[in-house]
Amino acid sequence: MTDSVAGISGMIIEKLLANPKVPRDINGNSKIVEDLAFDSLAVMNFVMEIEDELDVSVPLDKLADIRTINDLAACLHTLKASQA
Amino acid sequence: MIDIFAKHAALRTAYEGLTAVSPRNPFEVVIERPLSATVGLIEGRETLLFGTNNYLGLSQSTRAVEAAVETARTMGVGTTGSRIANGTFGLHQRLEKRLASFFGRKHCMVFSTGYQANLGTISALVNKDDVLLLDADSHASIYDGAKLSGAQVIRFRHNDPVDLEKRLARLKDHPGAKLIIAEGIYSMTGNVAPLDKFVDIKTRHGAYLMADEAHSFGVLGENGRGVAEMQGCEDGIDFIVGTFSKSLGTVGGYCITDHDGVDLMRLCSRPYMFTASLPPEIIAATLAALDDMEARPELRVKLQENAARLHAGLKAAGLQTGEHVSPVVAVTLENIPQAVGFWNALLENGVYVNLSLPPATPDNRPLLRCSVMAAHSAEEIDKATAVFKAVAEHFHA
Repeated sequence: MTDSVAGISGMIIEKLLANPKVPRDINGNSKIVEDLAFDSLAVMNFVMEIEDELDVSVPLDKLADIRTINDLAACLHTLKASQA
Repeated sequence: MIDIFAKHAALRTAYEGLTAVSPRNPFEVVIERPLSATVGLIEGRETLLFGTNNYLGLSQSTRAVEAAVETARTMGVGTTGSRIANGTFGLHQRLEKRLASFFGRKHCMVFSTGYQANLGTISALVNKDDVLLLDADSHASIYDGAKLSGAQVIRFRHNDPVDLEKRLARLKDHPGAKLIIAEGIYSMTGNVAPLDKFVDIKTRHGAYLMADEAHSFGVLGENGRGVAEMQGCEDGIDFIVGTFSKSLGTVGGYCITDHDGVDLMRLCSRPYMFTASLPPEIIAATLAALDDMEARPELRVKLQENAARLHAGLKAAGLQTGEHVSPVVAVTLENIPQAVGFWNALLENGVYVNLSLPPATPDNRPLLRCSVMAAHSAEEIDKATAVFKAVAEHFHA
């Protein structure tokens, strides 16, 4: 499930929906800051949860270019692939 | 023309939302003047100060005041230059030698502020080919230093050695240097870092370890050298960073190490090189405060007693505090309006603490950050906790 960008994106959405404050209608194109109302700290803390799931570390500078859930999934997929 | 301030729209909304519900602006509290280490004049009222970093009360040290006055009279009030150009006086070198000797280390670099000590040390030690592993709750100066360095930054969970080790293990094939950074005492919560466990991990993984003892210097350890001394792991700390603006009551920062490579940092650490050095009277006051601190170990004993008294008093008042007994005690509240109301009521009843709001706080919850000093009397602490209790009952906190 987590060996493709779509699979990782689905896993991120599932994790996000476990938080009742997150809007129910999110999808891969949802913007993390604008649509989910996450501030910078919330984004960093959420990414930590995903890192554990995939056993990968995301350097902070990579987060600067991420806007949507799919962007995050693609970044994680690349990092995971480079680790393999 | 594009509005250059448009990017601050969200900040403005948050700021206006906060100031609309607060009878006074929490970011503009003025201590008209201190009357002593523990009492200041705020809004014309004598107010108990429970929100400073003046842990040993040495901002009011007679010895330091006299040293500053005497030095200003004989040397003037500023250096007008940077350390590498025309701003190194004999006093700067004396302070560096004195601090290195206090820590039993070979080298010390003094910076103009604690913020610059972190910026200047981190940015000189690592670059884009290296990796920084930062405790997630690190101070802004550590994050800013990391940004200035250009190194890859990986956060590990706050005070969590297992999480740190997991992240280091993922980096086993990374060719760059790895620098772990943790604080001794965390300034917002008073939490104490497990530096001894971090030393064990960094040794096994071939990483360096930097400890920011800003809030623990003068506070913990038999001689006041901080958490590493208290936990018996000083030998494993590669770089100690700290500040004069807490326990020593003045201003400035330092980096201490046994690594000889630090000498070249003076020629590549931009926050060290491109700013004016500390004025001579500040250096003289700092040296005198250090003498005071060493000559009066009873201040640390009193500080611990006071920390325990404040912590127990706030807990007995039914407030939610951290588990670590340290001079910083954070009372966690549920939401911002409650925290703003609580903080205003404390101030109106003569107790000043710090209102700390997300995202500068962990867990997205507001804190009332209280800090205690060796100079507080038992009566002052009991009065503050009684005010806390009365206000808490009013707010059902």
